[in-house]
Amino acid sequence: MSESTQTKYEPGQHPSLPPPFKTRGVALWLKENLFSTPTNVVLSLLAIYFLYKVVPGVLEWSLFDAAFTGNDRNECRAQAGGACWAFIGERLQLFTYGFYPEAERWRVNLSFVLLVVCSVGLLWENCPGRKWIIALSVVFPFAAAFLLVGGNGVKLFVALACVAVALALMFRGSSTTFVIVIGAVCAFLAKFIFFGGITLPFTDIHVGGIIDLDDYTFLNLPEVSTDLFGGFMLTLIIGVTGIVFSLPLGILLALGRQSNLPIVKYACVVFIEFIRGVPLITLLFVASTMLSYFLPPGTTFNLLIRVLIMVTLFASAYMAEVVRGGLQAVHKGQTEAADALGLKYWPSMRLIVLPQALKISIPAIVNTFIGLYKDSTLVIVIGLLDPLGIGRASLADTKWNGLTNEVYLFVAIFFFISCYAMARYSLYLENKLHTGHKR
Amino acid sequence: MNDSTNNVSATGRALGESTIQIRNMHKWYGEFHVLRDINLDVKSGERIVVCGPSGSGKSTMIRCINRLEEHQQGDIIVDNVELTNDLKNIEAVRREVGMVFQHFNLFPHLTVLENCTLAPIWVRKQPKAEAEAIAMKYLERVKIPDQALKYPGQLSGGQQQRVAIARSLCMSPKVMLFDEPTSALDPEMIKEVLDVMIELAEEGMTMICVTHEMGFAKTVADRVIFMDEGQIIEENEPDQFFNNPQSERTQLFLSQILAH
Amino acid sequence: MSTPALAHSPSQPSLISRLWYDKENRSIIVQILAAMALLWLFGSMVLNAIHNLEALGKGFSFNFLKQPASYDINQTLIEYSSRSTHFRAMLVGIINTLLVAVAGIFLATILGFILGVLRLSKNWLVNKLAYCYIEFVRNVPLLLHILLIHGVVVHSLPRPKQAINVGDAAFFTNRGVFMPSPEFLPLFKFVAAAFIIGVVFTWGFRRYAKALQERTGKQLPVFWVSLIAIIGLPVVVFLATGQPVNWDIPVLSGFNYKGGMVVRPEFLALWLALSLYTAAFIAEIVRAGILAVNHGQTEASMALGLPRNRTLNLVVIPQALRVIVPPLSSQYLNLTKNSSLAIAIGYMDVTATIGGISLNQTGREMECMLIVMAIYLSFSLLISAGMNYYNNRIALVER
Ligand SMILES: Nc1ncnc2c1ncn2[C@@H]1O[C@H](COP(=O)(O)OP(=O)(O)OP(=O)(O)O)[C@@H](O)[C@H]1O
Ligand SMILES: [Mg+2]
Repeated sequence: MSESTQTKYEPGQHPSLPPPFKTRGVALWLKENLFSTPTNVVLSLLAIYFLYKVVPGVLEWSLFDAAFTGNDRNECRAQAGGACWAFIGERLQLFTYGFYPEAERWRVNLSFVLLVVCSVGLLWENCPGRKWIIALSVVFPFAAAFLLVGGNGVKLFVALACVAVALALMFRGSSTTFVIVIGAVCAFLAKFIFFGGITLPFTDIHVGGIIDLDDYTFLNLPEVSTDLFGGFMLTLIIGVTGIVFSLPLGILLALGRQSNLPIVKYACVVFIEFIRGVPLITLLFVASTMLSYFLPPGTTFNLLIRVLIMVTLFASAYMAEVVRGGLQAVHKGQTEAADALGLKYWPSMRLIVLPQALKISIPAIVNTFIGLYKDSTLVIVIGLLDPLGIGRASLADTKWNGLTNEVYLFVAIFFFISCYAMARYSLYLENKLHTGHKR
Repeated sequence: MNDSTNNVSATGRALGESTIQIRNMHKWYGEFHVLRDINLDVKSGERIVVCGPSGSGKSTMIRCINRLEEHQQGDIIVDNVELTNDLKNIEAVRREVGMVFQHFNLFPHLTVLENCTLAPIWVRKQPKAEAEAIAMKYLERVKIPDQALKYPGQLSGGQQQRVAIARSLCMSPKVMLFDEPTSALDPEMIKEVLDVMIELAEEGMTMICVTHEMGFAKTVADRVIFMDEGQIIEENEPDQFFNNPQSERTQLFLSQILAH
Repeated sequence: MSTPALAHSPSQPSLISRLWYDKENRSIIVQILAAMALLWLFGSMVLNAIHNLEALGKGFSFNFLKQPASYDINQTLIEYSSRSTHFRAMLVGIINTLLVAVAGIFLATILGFILGVLRLSKNWLVNKLAYCYIEFVRNVPLLLHILLIHGVVVHSLPRPKQAINVGDAAFFTNRGVFMPSPEFLPLFKFVAAAFIIGVVFTWGFRRYAKALQERTGKQLPVFWVSLIAIIGLPVVVFLATGQPVNWDIPVLSGFNYKGGMVVRPEFLALWLALSLYTAAFIAEIVRAGILAVNHGQTEASMALGLPRNRTLNLVVIPQALRVIVPPLSSQYLNLTKNSSLAIAIGYMDVTATIGGISLNQTGREMECMLIVMAIYLSFSLLISAGMNYYNNRIALVER
């Protein structure tokens, strides 16, 4: 030891020496991280005691002393004293698809695959073929709705084609009037040619309806009633619909809230604050019991659509606040520079402000999605069968009754895995954004 | 305002018609009277430097010229178009007037080239290829064609400001406004930006430039305007302005600036 | 002075173009259109509602509030019986909502701050435990927590006959937790007075200590004096007056306990679930708030020679609070709104009373939902007003 302090080195020749104390090793790690101060010793001992009390019991119940096979509760009990996972195994299909007809379940699977492809494409910036996937994502909600509900595929295809043509034409011009006119003309033509034609005003003369799409049945899928939807599939439907439709709506609301037109601004403020001020449950009650009061007599939607509408409105208010945060983070100089270059309001929003604002808000958007996804469990109070609803319904089965812990734990783990993954992703994005700013 | 200003600049170049005319212009921020009775006439090809103490309303004045700020009284006429509430006029003026900001205000999510082609494509409705060719031409003029595909965040301050100048030039403006284009830059970067501005001036661009670079004012300006408390205090040829300032406030200001 | 020919003046533009291209006119036109669209939307909704309600022979009136509710509520803090009116039932519901919300906010804040600090602990084990707790709780829907905890309370706690007995005073059963309720004797007013005196004294003492410190720099042991004044004094008086409180201890009679007070399993489950869930979110907010205070601030304060606890009190916490309070207030709002999940386990809050049973019995969906929404909206407005006030205050103190 004394040797190293006494040795003299030529200038520039000093080797790097190990430090005189230990920096590695289990004992040292333990000392530094668990027992550095008296308080820490107490805390560590408490934590170890807690783990000792809880972990073995939980593992015993859920794994080592659990039954994985069996046809009813008593068979489980006969095998082991802990959890009875056989129940979950038997009901797994139900938990996933609800009561969706077995022969048609490939449609659910296909939609799910499309969903995964779209999300990967949207969330992963350097994904190969990203342009195509983004195009696919625009069509996805409609395609998925068709796949899940079924019906005449040609009709949907034609409708989508009309919308695509209209959009393509709209993006050619930047004047608002032009866009509105083109949109109206396209809608009119589509109605005139394909969708039943037009009844001339003040007369009974019916023209158009040149092509009756009901004659083309080669793309038909058998219809499945939405009453049969349930399980994790329903959770995903509610979450994804909520996010897909609430994002554009939320952007409009956020822009409206920032507008300098008082009427537009306060309308948006009132809407946003109203929705954020009441619990989702009350909105769902409204959807289930009284939405039809506000519609013209005789109009009815099925419950799922009503719920989806409400969930979308609900999410859009939260989305608006998230987007507003992003808009406020975009420097004022950006709009000024766009103004100075002669860009008008909408182009300057679309090309300059929104791309930056949305990029900043992606983590918060993901978090809103997580919230919505978790909130989708609330639909059980109005009788839809999400996984929790399926679980509770299954508990009524006398063969299996009393297995509440298993059901709740299973559903909890499902939600935990998916939400935690999304939360990690949003955290990763946030870190990336922050390091990006430092540069 | 003396109408007798002849159409020859201080440097002896022939000047064209009036491009910008500001008459009896007033502006308020709420109760605060920022600009008081501004009168200014800028001929085409003229180079004007505006200086004055901080908060005197220089930025506000030139931002009124492309209506980033609204004036409440008086007239502003740019390239024969009067700035009123008429959106068509505002659009027309903004098409013809370029502006360079103190903090560049480049669009961080677009590449340098996209920054330059954005307005030509969306405002002038040029085809993309043509817009890109023009953009490259101007990027060459500001000496950074090799940075075209980078993002603004990857450039130095001086490079960013030159991109901002190129971005404005791509709209082939008749007038360029500069709001302290060099005050956020390090000394060596200031030079590269000033060089570009001097070159631009020599090509006959009409310019209004808020700056405290007195060297630039002396060599380039046809006229120097001194503002204080929202008023134009003094307006003169650079020689006269620096060597023989008329008002006391100008003298004080100059002595403070030149003391450094 | 020659006026220049204006490019756009010679050809007189059409009226429409003049209106549309004038900035002010355009903003007026857009607003009129927006107002018309909104009016149309609302108007048709209201008209449809009137029409539809009439078709059902319902009409729209709040008279039903005066009719007897004729249902029972298991937890009532004010007098209520099944002969009381729907209005009374609504009040009971509001009070129950407030009770669980306030209790929840209280517990969630304490737990959240503790967890948030543990999450920043240098102790690896404690840190990771807090992390696991927070992540698990945050990423599982609240409804599941409520059902799980309710299930545990109802299924795991014994029946009253085999109640878990804590010191012959509190009894944990699946019908709830039975506890002694205090009955205050006349002499108790001295204890109360002692408490008030303690508080007033502390307030005065703090001011005095602060003034003294400002004048002379001398620091008094404010914390200990406050503690003794607020807690010690009443305790001494309590003992001196011969413990002037009678405890009504619950006793088992038949299948259940009688007397004392009871915390029902529904309340317990909802309260715990709301607190535990919200605490996880608050913990993250607290952690982020403390981390948001620049490390340089701590270093600067330490470099000035301030001890660790003063650094925390004078430098870190005031800055962290500014970051913490806004998201904290929105968590309080969330907790209050989430308390409406009570309906899933039969806790009789405002959603379950007026928005649940009253609604079903009277068939007055429109009126009941309006009332419920208005109530939650006013809670929300109250909380955000309170938080704004507090926020402004600490923001001002900061400057
Ligand atoms: N949006 C605004 N609202 C209210 N007052 C403003 C606003 N913008 C500027 N002002 C005030 O108007 C005055 C003139 O501001 P301006 O930015 O034009 O000054 P400046 O001469 O450019 O100063 P500097 O040299 O510091 O840039 C200042 O007193 C400023 O405080
Ligand atoms: Mg300025």
